[in-house]
Order: sequence, then structure tokens, then C-alpha cells
Amino acid sequence: MSAAEDAALTALLFAVDPQACGGVCLRAGAGPARDSFLSFVRDLLPETKFRRVPLSISEGRLLGGLDLAATLRAGRPVAERGLLAEADGGVLLLAMAERIQPATAARLTNVLDTGTVTTARDGVAMTQPAHVAMIALDEGIEDERVAEPLRDRMAFLLDLDGISAIDTDALEGDVDTLAAARRLLPHVTSSDEVLTALCSTAMALGIPALRASQMALRVARIAAALAGRDAVALQDAALAARLVLSPRATVLPPAPPDAPQDVPPEPEPDAEPPPDELPPEPPPEAPSDGADNDAEGSDLPEGEVVLEAARAAIPAGLLAQLRANEANRLQPRAAGKAGAPKPAGQRGRPAGIRREAPGKGNRLNLVETLRAAAPWQRLRQQTASDPSRLQIRPDDFHVTRFKQRAETTTIFAVDASGSAAANRLAEAKGAVELLLADCYIRRDQVSVIAFRGRAAEILLPPTRSLVRAKRSLAGLPGGGGTPLAAGIDAAIALAESVRRRGGTPVVVLLTDGRANVTAAGTGGRAKAEAEAMEAATRLRLSAVTTLLVDTSPRPAPVARTLAAAMSAHYLPLPYADPAMLSRVAQDAARTR
Amino acid sequence: MAIAFPFSAIVGQDEMKRCITLAAVDPAIGGVLVFGDRGTGKSTAVRALAALLPRMQVVDGCRYGCDPASATRLCSECQERAKTGPLPHHAAPVPVVDLPLGASEDRVVGALDLERALSRGEKAFEPGLLARANRGFLYVDEVNLLEDHLVDLLIDVAASGENVVERDGLSVRHPARFVLVGSGNPEEGELRPQLLDRFGLSVEVKTPTDLPLRIDVVRRRDAFERDPEAFIAAWDGADSALRESILAARARLSSVEVPDAALEQAAKLCIALGTDGLRAELTLMRTARALAAFAGDAVVTLAHLKTIAPPALRHRLRRNPLDDSGSSTRVARALDEVFPG
Repeated sequence: MSAAEDAALTALLFAVDPQACGGVCLRAGAGPARDSFLSFVRDLLPETKFRRVPLSISEGRLLGGLDLAATLRAGRPVAERGLLAEADGGVLLLAMAERIQPATAARLTNVLDTGTVTTARDGVAMTQPAHVAMIALDEGIEDERVAEPLRDRMAFLLDLDGISAIDTDALEGDVDTLAAARRLLPHVTSSDEVLTALCSTAMALGIPALRASQMALRVARIAAALAGRDAVALQDAALAARLVLSPRATVLPPAPPDAPQDVPPEPEPDAEPPPDELPPEPPPEAPSDGADNDAEGSDLPEGEVVLEAARAAIPAGLLAQLRANEANRLQPRAAGKAGAPKPAGQRGRPAGIRREAPGKGNRLNLVETLRAAAPWQRLRQQTASDPSRLQIRPDDFHVTRFKQRAETTTIFAVDASGSAAANRLAEAKGAVELLLADCYIRRDQVSVIAFRGRAAEILLPPTRSLVRAKRSLAGLPGGGGTPLAAGIDAAIALAESVRRRGGTPVVVLLTDGRANVTAAGTGGRAKAEAEAMEAATRLRLSAVTTLLVDTSPRPAPVARTLAAAMSAHYLPLPYADPAMLSRVAQDAARTR
Repeated sequence: MAIAFPFSAIVGQDEMKRCITLAAVDPAIGGVLVFGDRGTGKSTAVRALAALLPRMQVVDGCRYGCDPASATRLCSECQERAKTGPLPHHAAPVPVVDLPLGASEDRVVGALDLERALSRGEKAFEPGLLARANRGFLYVDEVNLLEDHLVDLLIDVAASGENVVERDGLSVRHPARFVLVGSGNPEEGELRPQLLDRFGLSVEVKTPTDLPLRIDVVRRRDAFERDPEAFIAAWDGADSALRESILAARARLSSVEVPDAALEQAAKLCIALGTDGLRAELTLMRTARALAAFAGDAVVTLAHLKTIAPPALRHRLRRNPLDDSGSSTRVARALDEVFPG
């Protein structure tokens, strides 16, 4: 079945019971493919409310709070329902879902889990029903993606890449079919064999999350209901495995030996081992008997059929992608690339009160507002229609301002080349870990870039999680050439992105300064060093506080020159004891 | 509120279930933090807790749910009323209050009663979530995503057992003794050490990797979703039995003997691990006692200590970034060193 047909089938399954499916994570740019999917879903659900949730929605609007205008009109607190409560029974369209902040994602997952939205803000406390499903419009490119807690709760992860429009030709789906399926759904039974097959398939594909298996079971039931069956058949389970489990695979199980080789051998992995320490799930036993891919009439055991369906749905040559899946599992949100500055004023500590209309995330300070209104009461009551009420005018409004400490993000750019590894990669790692502990105490964010072989790579986007930072460092292999220019440029790019989000970047570069791989990825010491020097100048021009830690066995002039070019603090490692490193990094952050 | 999944029906996760049960036996242990993978039933377990708690006596009409039997912990209103005679009271369920993310400070600590302020111009205090949680449980899901100013507030109130409100022209204080229960995923951010310290026990939960267990999880969840009433009825017996044992353990708690030897062992363990302050030892003793009471034992033994040492201590270790082993491993190592064999 083609990807375009699968997309249409996904829409159909989703439309049978949107809430049971949780949602669809729709990875596609704005365009005809996405539009065709959405309009098909709308056609299938003519009675259902679709509410678009803009990325910039305020928390008050999302969760509900005090309706200020109505409150003043009525003279008593009037609660305003939030968008989540308004969407009860409907479908939320999450715009630019890949940029949803973890805190907002947590509120959404809470609603998905409980079917209610609890508000406790602005003097309003209420719990309202909010049974919703979500379609997350994921426009992420490369490693940007929707926060994992949200993905975890959506049955379908659909990628429309390469599809111009969904293909509904093969489907017999209309509103009546759906109604029939919905009537049948509560009576659809599923055997223990189906359950076992789905759970073991999830394990074989290296999917740790249990919700995936649960979702697959629900989708298998829906597929059976749609086909008019009152028990889940093997092909329903196979379909669920293909649509729900395959996109989450982190391991490619081996194909049965006799199966047609529709999947070419894995692409040649990079010469080096993968950077992440992916614990390989035990591969499932390859079936000993002959196999065909057809779910019906197959003599394979049921578990194998389901697994085979899921395996076949994983596009060929995607092992690298699978590894990325696993790496990204640890990254709830990619570092912001097109940085919208973080809206200020909603979080942090209260820092003063000022006269201003509430909105844009500012919270009304009621007492100051009342205080401002109080002196005018007698005067205003003379002209008021209902003089017994408190008279408040818009210019009485006061808001509380919040101050959020500008966060420091320390970017560690680590030279993991062969020469550095031979010298003191281990010591450099040790130094970084000590700095990490320091960053943890200061609640800084940290990020790790490694450069080796031909290119630089962000091992860890900015995070506050010490666990992840340590893990990414521990898994850092050494060896290969030194693409120093690429490493510096990666650090500059990340520093710029941190700055766009309102943070303060500090770059800590650990290298011996011996560049021998050019930006183009070819060898050549002279050209590589010249390029490194240019990159160093760019770093200086970007005015990011930089600390260069020389990891060569003896302090080398080349590293010192490099440090001068980037006007960085220079510290040779033999003297750079951890306490000192930490102090310098701290001072560097403070003096900028 | 949706119907809660029965506590007894949660598959595996024995340490999490044990810790939550012990916190119900003796609230003085000081709460539980459940940290771990997604979809492991963290919030399910906490939300199921309410059904396990025996009812308590509260003073009629008291906004803070004061205990009529405890003269020293009454709110100011009840203290006044107590002077004129015995306080009338009734049985009520133990509150399990959810602190939603995005809550504003005024709803948490309490604030000016808007209704009365706006309609009648009166200054009156409207209690917040902390007042409702008094003598019960305060649950924060995704506790690591809680806004900083709320964290500060919780740290303060959780330690003092009293909520002092000085805002909006109000000056109010009321008892706020609650058991803090938090859950979260460490990959989304970590907790401040001060807040960690407010939790008596901490549990690490992991997704089971054993196929039969995983199948069981999905099977029970599926059964619950398809017919919640029948599922709850099926597990009602197990849940009531657990409720009875919690009640029995509470009754036994004060008579459980803690020998000097056990105190010494606890101290040795804390010294070996270099935990700060006495809170570690206190929690260790209280939890061991609750475990003994729950198990029906009259005396706290080394076996009890060993069982509860990891959850009581693992979040109190000084961070050592050069030691890559997890804190659970470090506690286990210390146990082996201090109590060989």
C-alpha cells in the first residue's frame, strides 16, 4: 500500500474514534498534502468541532481564567472557559507543534490523560470536561520534532514527506461506514494472541514506551470495527503494527531468512560507531519456516506476521533514521532554530507592579487596581448607571511584572579527534563533567558539540538535565581527523540560537588546536588551519564569551594563537584544574 | 475527575507501590517523589491513592479541615470555637489535591475573595489549594516543570506546616500540613535539591522490559478502558484488603519498637553515604517503622532498613558528577559495605 493510501487510511481510522487514538502527529510542511489530509478528516467528522491552537496562545486562554470584562460588567467574578474546555468533544489542531514548550506540552498531556482541564488561576478554580483529540501540525525540519510526551499519546505519527495529496481512491470510507464502525467498536473483542503479538512486535522494534502497544491495540480494534468484524483479526493487528508501531521503531529486526528481500541490506554505517549508546534490543528469533508477507493464509505464527507487517513498513535504508529516533527520544525539543524571543513576563519572580492593561501574559494585580479605582468611586458613582457597584475604568488596571533571570547556556565544543583522544580526551571529559556539576548548581543550561572525523555534531541540544549531559559525554567516542573550523562554526550557530531565545551563551572549546580537516570535509592541514583561524575570527565577531582549553600534552603555540584570534580566555589543561575552569567559566559569564 | 484505575491492579512497580502505601501508613514520612519513564503508571498510582485512604475526622465548617483531636494544630477560628466547648466534627475523606501546572500563586496560597471584594467591597480571605490539602496529600504531576516561584513557596510551606499569607492587604496564617507527592520524567528537567529534600521517599520507575509484564500492563489497561466499572469491581476486594492493612498498620505503628541497634545501623549507613543533616536518618527510621507495622512485625530489623534504604536515601546523596553510577547503585554499594553478608 502506498504512503498516500496509508495516510488516507490513517485519517479514516482516526475519525472512527479520535479520542481513543489520542491524535495524529502530522509531519508535513504547509501545503496541499497537509491540506488534503485535514480536509479529508473534516469531511469524515462533519459534526466535530475543530479548534486551532496557535503557538502563541496565552496560558489563560488555553486553560481558562477570569473574564475581566464580564467580571467588571457583572460586578462579580465571571470565569472564562479556556480553549481546551471549549474544544470538549472536538479536535485540537496544534499549529507549529514542534515548537510547543515542554510546559505547555505537559498541560496538554494532562488533558489527554484525564479528559478534564483544571484551572487554578486568577481567582478562578474549576475543573471542566475536555475530552479532546489532537492533530499536531509538525513542520519541523531535520531534528526538530514534537515533544516526546505529546508524541507518546498520539497513536499515529504520519509523515507526508514526498506525498502530494493523500489517496482516498482505495477507501470505502464515508460518514455512514464510520457510524457503523462506531456502533460496532464497543463489541469488538481481541484475543490474547493479538495482544501478545502487538506487545512482542513493539519490543522487537525497540519501542520502550508502553503507550505505543496500548495505542496499537486500540487501533487494531478500530480497524476490525471498520471492516465490520466483531473480533480483531490478524490483518487488523498487522495494520495497527504498521501504522502505529513502525514509525516509532528504533531497531530494525532482521527479516525472516526466506522472506522476499524487499528491504535492501542496511546502509553502510558510518566508519565510526554511532555516537549514542543505543542498547540494542534483543533481536527477535527469525522464524525457521518459510514466510510470505501476506497476513492471510500465512503459516507464520501470529506474532511473526504482525512483526513482519511492521518490519516491511519501515522504509528501506532507514537505519540511520532509526538511530536518530532513539537519539531524539531523549530530546524533547530541538534547539530553537528560528528563534522567536521567549515571551517575557509570565514566569519568574514578581518584580514590581505597573499601570498597564493586562494581556500579553501580564497578570492583573487586583489590589493595586482596586486601590487605583478607590479614590474615584464617589465621583464615578454620580454618573454610573448602577451606583452601588464598584466603578473601575480600564486605566485603573495594574499588572504584576515578572522577572526571569537571563539563563546562561554553556556550550561545550569538544575536540574528539584522534590526536585529542590520544592526548587527553578522558581528562577533557572529566573537566567538562566538573563544569557540568557547576552548571547544575547554577541552574544553567548545557549543550555539547563534538567534532571529529569530517564534521561537527550537536550531541546534546541545550538542556538542564545533568543525566542527559553525562550520558552524551560518556558516549562520546574519539578518533578521526580534526575539523576544527566546523566545530567552531557549529558553536557559533548554536550560540546565536541561544541568544535569539533570550539566553546568554558561553562557549567552552576544548581542543589542541591542530586542525587537519577542512570545512569541506577533506584533508589538508594548511587549509584546515587557515579555515580554523577564519572561524575563530567569526567567533570573536559574534562577541560570545569564549574559553579555550588547550588539551595538547604541552601548551602549544597554535592553540594560543587560536585563542587570541577568538579573543578567548586561554587555559592549558595541565594547569586548568577543574575548580579553576569552573571559576573562569563563571567569571566569563558574569563579565560579559 | 475521571474514574481512577485501581491501585492494586497496577502491574509490577513494587517499590513505587510500597512507598506510596507506607506514606499512607505514616504521613510523617514526608511524601513520595516518583521519577521515571513515561507511561509507567506514575500518576495512575498517585491518583489511585485517594481510594486507599481511611476517612478522617474534621471540625464541622472548618475551611482548613482541622483535626478536632489535636488542640495544638487548630486554625485560629477553631481555636476560638474550642474555648466555648468541644468542637463538632464529622468524618470526611482525606483530601488528595492536585496542584495543576499553570496554577497561579493566588490560587495556591489563597487570596482576597474576589466575589466579596468586587460585589460588596469586603476584604475576606479565600483559602487556596494549600488549605484544601491540609492533613491530606498535595500532588504535583510533572513537578520538575513547576514554575520557580511556586517551587519556592512549596519548599517553605512543606517545611513549616503553616501557610502564611501576606498579600493583597491580607494577613492570614493557617495550618497547611500535607504530604507532598510529585511525579515527573527526569529527562525533561531536574529538581532543585531543596525541593528534593522535602520528599521523604523517592522512587525510580522504569518501563518493564519483560514481555509478559508488558502484556499484563496493556491487558489490564485495556480491560479498564473498555469497562471501568466492572474492572474496578473486580479489583475492589484487593483494594479493600490493602485499605484494611493500612488501617491495621496505623494502629500498630506506635507500638512498633525501634531498638538502639537499628538506630545505630541507620546512622552508620547515612555516614557511609555522606548524607546531609538528620532528615535522612529520621526518614529512614520512620519508614522502617511503617514497613514493620505494615508487615505486622513488632520490632524494626536490619531487613526493614535494607528494604527501605534506597527510596529513603537515593535523593539525598551529594551529587558527584565524576561518579557515573546512579544514586541507587551507590546506596546499594553502601549497604553492602556497611552490612556485609
